[in-house]
Amino acid sequence: MTPAFTRVQAVLLRHIYVLRSSPPRLIEIIYWPTIQMVLWGFISSFFANKGPALGGSMGVAAFGTLLGAVLLWDMLFRTQLGVTLSYLVEVWARNLGHLFVSPLRPWEWWLSLMIFSILRALVGMLPAAALAIPFYGFSIFDLGLPMLFFFFNIMFMGWWLGFLIMALLLKYGQGAETMAWALTFFLAPFCAVYYPIASLPQWLQPFSNALPAAHVFEGLRALVHQHTYEAIHMWWAFGLNCIYMCVSLFVLTIAFNGARKAGTLLQSGE
Amino acid sequence: MPAIVVKNLSKQYKTVLAVDDISFTVKRGSITALLGGNGAGKTTTIAMLLGTLQPTAGSIHMLGIDMLKNRYRALERMNFSSPYVDLPRKLTVRQNLRVYGKLYNVKNLEDRINRMAEELDLREFIDRPVGKLSAGQQTRVALSKALINKPELLLLDEPTASLDPDTADRLRGYLDDFRKEHGTTFLMASHNMKEVERLCDDVIMMKKGKVVDEGTPKELIKRYGRKDLEEVFLDIARNTGTRENAA
Repeated sequence: MTPAFTRVQAVLLRHIYVLRSSPPRLIEIIYWPTIQMVLWGFISSFFANKGPALGGSMGVAAFGTLLGAVLLWDMLFRTQLGVTLSYLVEVWARNLGHLFVSPLRPWEWWLSLMIFSILRALVGMLPAAALAIPFYGFSIFDLGLPMLFFFFNIMFMGWWLGFLIMALLLKYGQGAETMAWALTFFLAPFCAVYYPIASLPQWLQPFSNALPAAHVFEGLRALVHQHTYEAIHMWWAFGLNCIYMCVSLFVLTIAFNGARKAGTLLQSGE
Repeated sequence: MPAIVVKNLSKQYKTVLAVDDISFTVKRGSITALLGGNGAGKTTTIAMLLGTLQPTAGSIHMLGIDMLKNRYRALERMNFSSPYVDLPRKLTVRQNLRVYGKLYNVKNLEDRINRMAEELDLREFIDRPVGKLSAGQQTRVALSKALINKPELLLLDEPTASLDPDTADRLRGYLDDFRKEHGTTFLMASHNMKEVERLCDDVIMMKKGKVVDEGTPKELIKRYGRKDLEEVFLDIARNTGTRENAA
């Protein structure tokens, strides 16, 4: 085992220990995706059954799209939160001093936060996805291999968003903590989660097209409605994610070096 | 080759010159104290030595490695302990030592943890969360984290803070034995002058960001014509005696 791998394992172990020591934290990870799934499931079910009485009808496909979108959106948010909260846990524990004077390289730390965010997101998402099967007869797993690409791209976006927020936290301290919860939701209206990009005003569509998540949700809609996997959406999402990941790591490196210069690396208070 | 070589090191924050062109060396295998009153620049200096703060000017070589270019290679062979930097409080002592043992790539980690528990008397509370321990117990745990990788160079900030006199005395004895066994170099910041007199081979005195004097505790006491290091410290802090006057 290489020293780098052992150090990545150490950070993972540290966060797994935190989760294990705190049942409320573990429950919270499962709680929100499940509540989202139950809530949106019943709303979708209501519109699917009572749609005609309300002047329209919502087909089974739209029902699937909505539930799939809920799960994917939550996956994006949980992945971003997984990265950001892992950093905040170190700030709250006043442990950054020990981490930064250890041989842990920044890239090893970032990699371990990405891996941990996958674990965190899966722990939260899998029970919700499993619940949707008996409750609503909807299985996201039936969407097959393309679903893996959707998940990968969604998590990819969660990672770079998480790193950008980490950069803000390094720059502005805990005062920027609300960003951990707010920034991803700011992007939600433009990510075309519950409606196609075409339903946005014309002038907003380029902005939406520049977001990887919007392509993932377009791809999901194509898969569920037309049963076609439009790979072009995934390639767009992947390409954009690569660009944004480079940008966010660059910004994070600048913020890290800036904090080292300003002497604020270990003083991440308010 | 000295364990630490600092040359013309400065740190300027916008309008404040926290460290002003200091140079010093620390001999391998020695215990050296970095002393000074509040605001003398000790913490800033230690932060630069550890690589968490970037100097404005100057160079730092730790164990022969340029810290400004290659700090991670040096950090693998060093460690640090301070009562002002916590270990994760939710994790048990054993879990903390496992995490840090892996970060420092310690071989036969479980054996090493058991040995540390034995030597630093941690067995009684090794499976309790660090946050539930007394301040003195936490200081011992922090020290065991700092020694887990058998560092060649150890930076200690107030190593015996929060310890009762008996435990503090035993810990000083332990650090001295550890140094003899492993040849570790220690650089420590302390306000406990008795501790410095007992443990340290050399002393570096800082004031207002500058190194104002250095030597062995005995040399300094003699140079200032005082009976102990505490009086020397007060002389320097209050400007009632200077190196030149003393000489």
